[in-house]
Amino acid sequence: MDIKAKVIDLIVEELGVEVGEVTLEASFIEDLGADSLDTVELIMKFEEEFDIDIADEDAEGLTTVGKAIEYLQKQLD
Amino acid sequence: MSIKYYAKISGTGMYVPDKVLTNFDLEKIVDTTDEWIRTRTGMSERHVASQDQAASDLAYNATLKAIEAARIRSKDIDMIIVATISGDHPFPSTACIIQQKLGLKDFPAFDVSAGCTGWIYASNIAKQYIENGVAKNILVIGVEILTKVTNWKDRGTCILFGDGAGATIISRSEEKDISRFIDSELSADGTHYDLLIQKAGGSRMPATNESVEENLHTVYMEGNKIFKNAVRSMYNACDIVLKRNHLDVHSIDWLITHQANLRIIQALGKKLKIDEKKVIVNIEKYANTSAATIPMALDEAIRSGKIRHGDLVLLASFGAGLTSGSLLLRI
Repeated sequence: MDIKAKVIDLIVEELGVEVGEVTLEASFIEDLGADSLDTVELIMKFEEEFDIDIADEDAEGLTTVGKAIEYLQKQLD
Repeated sequence: MSIKYYAKISGTGMYVPDKVLTNFDLEKIVDTTDEWIRTRTGMSERHVASQDQAASDLAYNATLKAIEAARIRSKDIDMIIVATISGDHPFPSTACIIQQKLGLKDFPAFDVSAGCTGWIYASNIAKQYIENGVAKNILVIGVEILTKVTNWKDRGTCILFGDGAGATIISRSEEKDISRFIDSELSADGTHYDLLIQKAGGSRMPATNESVEENLHTVYMEGNKIFKNAVRSMYNACDIVLKRNHLDVHSIDWLITHQANLRIIQALGKKLKIDEKKVIVNIEKYANTSAATIPMALDEAIRSGKIRHGDLVLLASFGAGLTSGSLLLRI
């Protein structure tokens, strides 16, 4: 499974942004227009799609697209 | 336990104080905007109790309407259960005060503390007492005056709450009557008791000048962490009840969830895959009235003719504790 492509798809779908905007450096809140509840909803989406549990402490660190992809790749390895 | 009788909701009533506080009014009190509140919560306005109104005053008004709707006399009531975390006094129970207001005595009256899940907890208890034949007409109320325990300096929480009361009469259902409680599921996860809490005023932290100055007698909440828990716990409570009764979500006519945040309601609806039109929402008018949201929404939906006799209704809530629960019933 291409985790990176799946994560980008989910972000596009959840936040209603263009694929081009979803760069690795993009911050969910600063660059992609998410509010704090959007980020929670996004984490829940990741949990559902990848069938994993993301602890609140871990979730707080996943502020950018790149950090989320890296975290999920590590978890799913 | 063997079931001797079935329980049903025989009447509902609600009451909210006259004073309305809009999002625009809140803009003048804290650093917030109407747009911020609406997009994050779905709320537009809420009702606020006056200085001289206590929980039992709101509850009493809702009760009179429920008694009328149930076509019973107040002396037919043989138990009172009040779900609240903002009762008239730390003790005695608000249920006893309502009993006094109704001019009744000599039967059990008590409060249930389960936060916003309170009315579901209280109804589940009432269900047992009807089913085992001990009681015939139980007055179950969800009432809250959270605006009196709100931290008006915390812009994250003070916008969320409103005051109101929802009363229900839960009665013995006749054998030929299709109206009945079908199933219910309660749960709690105490590991997160500190995510939603009124820190002072109990034996852990009695009232002191400092506790008042530091606003510790008000609602403290870690909203983002609760959001996830709320969606999950309500989903589980619904899923368990649906599966246990071999029901598909499509067979449900109406879903009423605790009105804490429109985004939580939507996330739950999506997860349950229920038709949006079947989800009853009134959060825009009343905001989060805690234990009162479900009986208030139920009353509105019944009186407006949305929910009709024979409809299959699923109710779900979550709250401080963290508690959660669901109730499946035919109206």
